[in-house]
Amino acid sequence: MNQQVTNKDFLMLEGKRKRGLSMDKIMTILCYVALITVVILPCVMIIYYTFWDGTKIDFEMFRSVLFQQDNLKAMKNTLIIAVFATLFATVVGVFFAWLLGRSDIPLKGIMKFLFSIPFMIPPFLAAMSWDMMFSGRGGYVNKMLMSLLHLTKAPFNINSIAGIIVIEVVYYFPFVYMQVVSALERMDPTLEESARIAGAGQLHVIRTITLPLTVPAISSGVLLVLITSLSNYGIPSMVGYSKGIFTLPTMIVELMNRAGGSFTGIRQAAALSIVLFIVVAIALMIQRRLLTHGRYDIIKGKSMRPMLIKLRGAKIPLLIVSFVFLTLVVIAPIVMIILVSFNKAWGLPFTAENLTFMHYVNVVTKNKMVTDSVKNSLFLAFSAGAICLLLGTMLAYVIYKVKPRGGALLEMMAVLPYSLPGTVMSIGCILAWSGAFFGISLYNTIWIILVAYIARYLSYVLKSSSAALQQVHPSLEEAARSCGASHYDALKDVTLLLIKPAMLSGFFLVFLPCMRELTTSILLYGPKTRTLGVAIYQLRTNGQINQAAALSVMTIILIIIMNNIVKYITRDRRKY
Amino acid sequence: MNIASGNADAGKVERTVNKIELKNITVRYGKHTVLNNFSLNVESGQILGIVGPSGCGKTTVVRAICGFLDPQEGTVSISGNTMFDRSKRINVPPENRNVGVVFQDYAVWPHLTVYENTAYPLRKHGVPKDKIPAQVEEALKLVNMSSYSKYLPSQLSGGQQQRVAIARALTSSSELLIMDEPITNLDAKLREQMLLEIRMMQEKLGTTIVYITHDQEAAMQLCDRIVIMQPDGSIAQIGTDEEIISKPANRFVFSFVGVSNFLPVKKSGDKLCLDYPNDQTCFSQKIPADFPKNSDKADMGIRPMDIVFDESSPVRVKINSATFFGNIYNYFIDLAGQEYRVQRITSGNEEDEKYVEGLETGIRFLSCKYFERG
Repeated sequence: MNQQVTNKDFLMLEGKRKRGLSMDKIMTILCYVALITVVILPCVMIIYYTFWDGTKIDFEMFRSVLFQQDNLKAMKNTLIIAVFATLFATVVGVFFAWLLGRSDIPLKGIMKFLFSIPFMIPPFLAAMSWDMMFSGRGGYVNKMLMSLLHLTKAPFNINSIAGIIVIEVVYYFPFVYMQVVSALERMDPTLEESARIAGAGQLHVIRTITLPLTVPAISSGVLLVLITSLSNYGIPSMVGYSKGIFTLPTMIVELMNRAGGSFTGIRQAAALSIVLFIVVAIALMIQRRLLTHGRYDIIKGKSMRPMLIKLRGAKIPLLIVSFVFLTLVVIAPIVMIILVSFNKAWGLPFTAENLTFMHYVNVVTKNKMVTDSVKNSLFLAFSAGAICLLLGTMLAYVIYKVKPRGGALLEMMAVLPYSLPGTVMSIGCILAWSGAFFGISLYNTIWIILVAYIARYLSYVLKSSSAALQQVHPSLEEAARSCGASHYDALKDVTLLLIKPAMLSGFFLVFLPCMRELTTSILLYGPKTRTLGVAIYQLRTNGQINQAAALSVMTIILIIIMNNIVKYITRDRRKY
Repeated sequence: MNIASGNADAGKVERTVNKIELKNITVRYGKHTVLNNFSLNVESGQILGIVGPSGCGKTTVVRAICGFLDPQEGTVSISGNTMFDRSKRINVPPENRNVGVVFQDYAVWPHLTVYENTAYPLRKHGVPKDKIPAQVEEALKLVNMSSYSKYLPSQLSGGQQQRVAIARALTSSSELLIMDEPITNLDAKLREQMLLEIRMMQEKLGTTIVYITHDQEAAMQLCDRIVIMQPDGSIAQIGTDEEIISKPANRFVFSFVGVSNFLPVKKSGDKLCLDYPNDQTCFSQKIPADFPKNSDKADMGIRPMDIVFDESSPVRVKINSATFFGNIYNYFIDLAGQEYRVQRITSGNEEDEKYVEGLETGIRFLSCKYFERG
């Protein structure tokens, strides 16, 4: 009897504990707090600064910024570059996707490897390398062609809108390729076979069956390129800045630099950020519309071997064309950077006596800015990776397992920065964290960069963790509860262990882009908080091009190593 | 026999009687009410089957017992201790309810070996480290999985994973087990075998088992008592298998436990007659005792085996089709424009060939039940 009473008390106690804050509730609140501080505040501040002149609501400034001659020109440039880059990148990407996904062209393995290279090199590095090859009379390839063909003028000028378009095409076509090739590889081959049996010729089948069926994949690739191009900072700033060619992102940075901390200057940059955001938002809305509409069920769950189209006589010419193209656009820029990094001085011919390791030694040992930047980038990438890992996984858990009211709102807040151009996000961070709230001023410190990185890359972890979480059936956690594990135990012993590989790859998904980041840090760095990207950029602007190249080479090697680690980890996931 | 020693821990709930009591449970998802004022007692030491069509709320009952969901109203008590009572603000978390659960999808943790899976509840219940191996071994032996202790679940077949799930539930609580469709994902032969094994294990340990299934045949084979749930979440009948077969509580139970025909009938004076618009043939001179008291009309429920062909009967039918299935003949007959099913065991003589498609003949009813017209 006595036993019974103590039990009842014990149970009441248990019951009471439940009434307080449960772990789920604490996590939900934490998610809200984190997202509001990191994501929402910067966005709100941009709007606030644009339309509040300190005393009253003011639309005049926004209008004047919108219709200013330079800004209109930047808008025009942005759109022209985005449209043409997207157009050509799509054509090239679809062509290669078809060639590799559907034809019997040999050496597919090598080509697939070559396509993965642009993913590893940050865009501004690619742009820098193209600049080394084709910039006016100084570019190595231009110089070579001039002496070979006895030209008086440089044959190519990369420092132009056309030049920017070319670099973007080269850099972005693999995005389209990836989207389309996976759709092609999983397409039900009977769809094409039945058309052949019905008497349609090969080209006719491609035109009337294959292409229309891959339209959803193509359009999602197209919009991915369009949006990335609209918000890209690295390429136009590397090749366009010297000739005064501005796009919206570079213009925003320019306004911010010109402002030098003045209130009106910052407001102008904020206003232009809104313009850029609206442009991207329109593109995103189109994407959403297209993606929800044109979905066909051509992709079957079971994998099958698609019918490969025999190229016959066209095989060898197509192979040669492909390799020449890929060599030019993928290998040449890397070779260029490597050559420059071993060359004594910019402009010297690549001969044996000009060969030197000096730049690597200098970069690593003598240049404090560089060594600092490596330390900063490593610190930032590790911290951002770790924080995103924790916050992103917690978010995924809250959104998909706790399912609180307003879960959709949480998810929206978390993925918002993914579609926000990096420049816009950084302006928001500056506005929010320069003493606007509780007197917290992070400006010129490393923390403001960290906050911006977290906001930008949080959705990467959210995606990888939530995909894994959705595969963990709720009964696995419930089984642990019924076996005597508390909520916390069940989370720790079962759920977290099961999604560990996804969490780890999520970490690297954040770590990698942080290591090579330029767009955000170029706006946020202070005298002591340069990042790798900023260091390379500044070395080059200061004319130390060979050192910039040496640092680039090291960065690329680091990224490749990290990339392989990610691959190894994600392969490990198939164990279960 | 004490595989789970959760009750050795002073802080845990003392389990003297392994009884589950659900009182007036109401569960709503938004506006949709799954269980309304649902009450049920599970007696100690028996296997109680909860049977019902998909979506009737069986799993909701289980989840309320285990503590995976909080009912809007009602109380749950296990072994005399209140586990859930909204009015008294009692809600014991699942880990302290001391029930072993076997899930439909096994829910064996893919990252742990068979041994680790089975040892997990013991670790969580604070069993001393040196006592764990023996208890795990004992549980694995009960389900014939001793030789697989180092395997990962991905290396096991479905049936083997199910055994691991049962072993794990046993180490969690060998006195109170809840099995939610534990054998649905296995093939027919294995199902039969698992049922036998569960029964044998239960007899050995005296475990109280709540067994959830939509398969009434498996339930009748295994369970001491069966609860039949209706699609609206209410209980239609509780009883042993004989009771449910011989005295079905209502039309739903009758049709749920086997193939059934329902014929509209009515009282006409002292006679029992068909009640079709175009056929009111009287076929019996007396009103059966179980005919509903408060109405002249009723539905007569009858199994296909209980309808026999009889040329002399006044009830006239036409045979629409005759199919041979192994040892039985299956007929579809037309009675007053409605189609019904008749089955006959093959007799082996020319009688079998007599009833062919298109033949017009009479039928007689052997045993049948009467239900209020629904």
